[in-house]
Amino acid sequence: MARTGRKKPSLRVLVWLGVILAAMTAVLAGGTMSGVASWSPKLALDLEGGTQMILAPKVEGNSDINEEQLNQAVAIIRQRVDGSGVAEAEISTQSGRNVVVSLPGTPSTETRALIQASADMNFRPVLVTGAGAAVPAAQRTPAAQLPKPTAKPTNASDSNWITADIQKQFEALDCDHPAQEKQERSDPAKPLVTCEPATDKTPAIKYILGPVEVKGVEIQGSTFQLQQGAQGAVTNEWAVNIQFNAEGTAKFKTVTERLNQFYVAAGGETGSDPKSQFAIVLDDQVISAPRSQAVITDGRPQITGGFTEKSAKALSDQLRFGALPISFDIQSEQQISATLGGEQLRMGLLAGLIGLLLVVVYSLFQYRALGFVTIFSLVVAGALTYLAIAILGWTENYRLSLAGVAGLIVAIGQTADSFIVYFERIRDELREGRGLVSAVENGWKRAKRTVLASKAVNLLAALVLYFVAVGNVRGFAFTLGLTAIADLIVVFMFTHPTLQQLARTRFFGEGHKFSGLDPERLGAVPLYRGAGRLRSPEDKPSVVRAKNTGAAAEAERRMTIAERRRAEQQEQLAGSSKGPAKEGK
Amino acid sequence: MSSFAKFGNELYTGKRSYDFVGAKKIWFTVAAIAVALSILIPVVKGGFNLGIEFRGGSEFTVSNVKTTESAVGEKAVHDVVPGSVPRVANVAGTTMRIQTDKLSDDETLKIKEGLTKAYGVTDNEVTSTFVGPTWGADVTKQALIGLVVFVALATVLMALYFRTWKMSLSAIVGMLVTMFITAGVYALSDFEVTPSAIIGFLTVLSYSLYDTVVVFDKIRENTADIDTSSRRTFGEEVNLAVNQTLVRSINTMMVAILPVGAILFIGAGLLGAGTLRDLSLALFVGILIGTAATIFIAAPMYAWLRQGEAPLVKQAQRVKQRRVDAAAKAAAAEPAKA
Repeated sequence: MARTGRKKPSLRVLVWLGVILAAMTAVLAGGTMSGVASWSPKLALDLEGGTQMILAPKVEGNSDINEEQLNQAVAIIRQRVDGSGVAEAEISTQSGRNVVVSLPGTPSTETRALIQASADMNFRPVLVTGAGAAVPAAQRTPAAQLPKPTAKPTNASDSNWITADIQKQFEALDCDHPAQEKQERSDPAKPLVTCEPATDKTPAIKYILGPVEVKGVEIQGSTFQLQQGAQGAVTNEWAVNIQFNAEGTAKFKTVTERLNQFYVAAGGETGSDPKSQFAIVLDDQVISAPRSQAVITDGRPQITGGFTEKSAKALSDQLRFGALPISFDIQSEQQISATLGGEQLRMGLLAGLIGLLLVVVYSLFQYRALGFVTIFSLVVAGALTYLAIAILGWTENYRLSLAGVAGLIVAIGQTADSFIVYFERIRDELREGRGLVSAVENGWKRAKRTVLASKAVNLLAALVLYFVAVGNVRGFAFTLGLTAIADLIVVFMFTHPTLQQLARTRFFGEGHKFSGLDPERLGAVPLYRGAGRLRSPEDKPSVVRAKNTGAAAEAERRMTIAERRRAEQQEQLAGSSKGPAKEGK
Repeated sequence: MSSFAKFGNELYTGKRSYDFVGAKKIWFTVAAIAVALSILIPVVKGGFNLGIEFRGGSEFTVSNVKTTESAVGEKAVHDVVPGSVPRVANVAGTTMRIQTDKLSDDETLKIKEGLTKAYGVTDNEVTSTFVGPTWGADVTKQALIGLVVFVALATVLMALYFRTWKMSLSAIVGMLVTMFITAGVYALSDFEVTPSAIIGFLTVLSYSLYDTVVVFDKIRENTADIDTSSRRTFGEEVNLAVNQTLVRSINTMMVAILPVGAILFIGAGLLGAGTLRDLSLALFVGILIGTAATIFIAAPMYAWLRQGEAPLVKQAQRVKQRRVDAAAKAAAAEPAKA
């Protein structure tokens, strides 16, 4: 046996484990020092307190919702929630079917309505534009001079839409400091006073818009590309293309015919009549208001001007998905008080501590000093898991929920399971009469397979739970899967190498009665009894052969010494009055 | 420990042996009756005691209450929704739980306010949950999909690992028995079935299979050279394997159930209903039954499935012949000695 040769690899593996742990700690420490990570894991709302809503998308008509659409829906909800001033909201999709919105605190009725509402996109002609800021009270139009429309408006671009009320509303509107709470959805048949929020490049603009002329659902698709020049060469300008359906094409043709007249009348490119603009309105906010430079008859307008690749893509996405009339049903809503969350976290940790303690006591009781190997292995597994969760909290925004904590506690037992499988195998090998060093090697060879197969089952369950289940199942499945992996790392890189090392110590190697591997207690019949003691005849002379010849080795494999003794006993029994029927009982 | 180690030694050598395989008829009958009862009980009782997640409705949890009287909570709900029949319960220590039918946003807020005043707590100590009527159906559907996907994948995984579908089938049968009986216990005890309980339930399946894999691994090892051996019949080898892994089964069950017990104790005793209690209850029951199902159902089932195979029948005859020969030899030897 290569007794001396094995020492090094086991030490090397332990060093590698140390390197992995140190690297993870260093990564987290680096993140913490630069202020982007934290030493403690992020907590989910059920532990921190807050509101969690699970929403199911509802598409008008019967069409199914695909994942891309759902992602866009999430983006829309995120914009709305951010716009309403709620900080630290988290919005994600779940199982490709639901949207989960997590907010700190209790959301206002307005925020709730906002979250549930469908994205509402449409096209309105522009009547008046103005700088974003509110007109100072002193400069506002005096009551006598407010517009008093005399006739009914004839088309959507008619100035007769602007009533005294609309004018007052327009002047009072402050787009530089938008109100946090949104009012009711606008009436598509009436004019609308609204803002185009400021971007990095452009200041906020406010508008008076005519009634809706083309609806978002009439958009068939939208793409973005680099604009082609007159000679067909690609320029550096980004452009967004819209494609309307038949109905939209017809309507858009009428609109551009009218708007283009304003454009031409105002002097083409040099002109600036706001009435030549049409506004693309999403959720009552203007996202873009291009000028109509041509009559579009084929339903394929192209929007150009000052786009970057990013902004072109953003507008194109908004057009494509924002037009989707998705609204949401609240499937479940939980408002967890910070008190309850905190209490549950404390209790969860307490439960984990008690569970850990019980496992430690049981291990020490069952495996004596070997129990310490279990304890240290659990500590290493715990450290790996903790670091992984903290790092994932930083990089993936993973948050630990109560179900996740429960998963961690349940995993204590499952992790210790692997050690028990291994230890029992070593004991089996000792019972067969092997020395500890080879018992550890042989036991490991057999236990390794079992541990791998059984962990595969655990991982499979965790994966299935994670991908198909709803609600708070995910947190549980995630920690369960994570700990299964940590367990494998620990068994392979800590428990086994540690036992290889310990097998060489006198305490374990000589089977001290507190070592948990005392051959005598395990009923082993050692191959060598030491100190000149001879084997008694019952100890089977075959063992001597087994040591030397290959054929005997096979025989030994088939029948252990103890089994052979038993077989002998039974053969004797069989000869007595009881007969062979008793065999195996 | 010494007595337990001795117990392990005796099981290992076969000096002490429990006949799990031989008495399979008894175990199968017991299991069949238990499974039948587990199906019958919920039918007779009219289904499970479904949690609010399945029924739909609103639930409030009030922590650190000044009084645990349920009338106070009922009044608070009645003040807002006169006709409703709220379920008010003191779930643990100073925590009250109030369940109502579905409420509008406005009613939810008002009741929340009312409960805050009625129980003399601050705004921070009232938690509210609203569950839409279709949520439960969604949860159930997903859990069923999860169940089917897991069973299908696990069957394939085990068939590949053990290279025999019979082991795979036996393990799945053991798992199904575990599943039905755990569900039966739930129905019988009137524990509330919540999504958390269902997570626990699905985890039990994984534990049940895990336990079976470990025992089957030993069986495979013991029966690897069954064709050339005439020492024991296949069934006896399986039984020896189960006995040899019995100590391991008990130990792994214990370390699995101790942390779960801790969660259960904390969850049910100090926190009351909720994720922790529901999850651990299903796990606690399931781990016990899962361990038993491996020993009493899965392993004997495997022996039973294979005992009719021609090579194994021949092998069993060889074993019998050898024993008869040995008995004859012993019988012949004895008078000669005397």
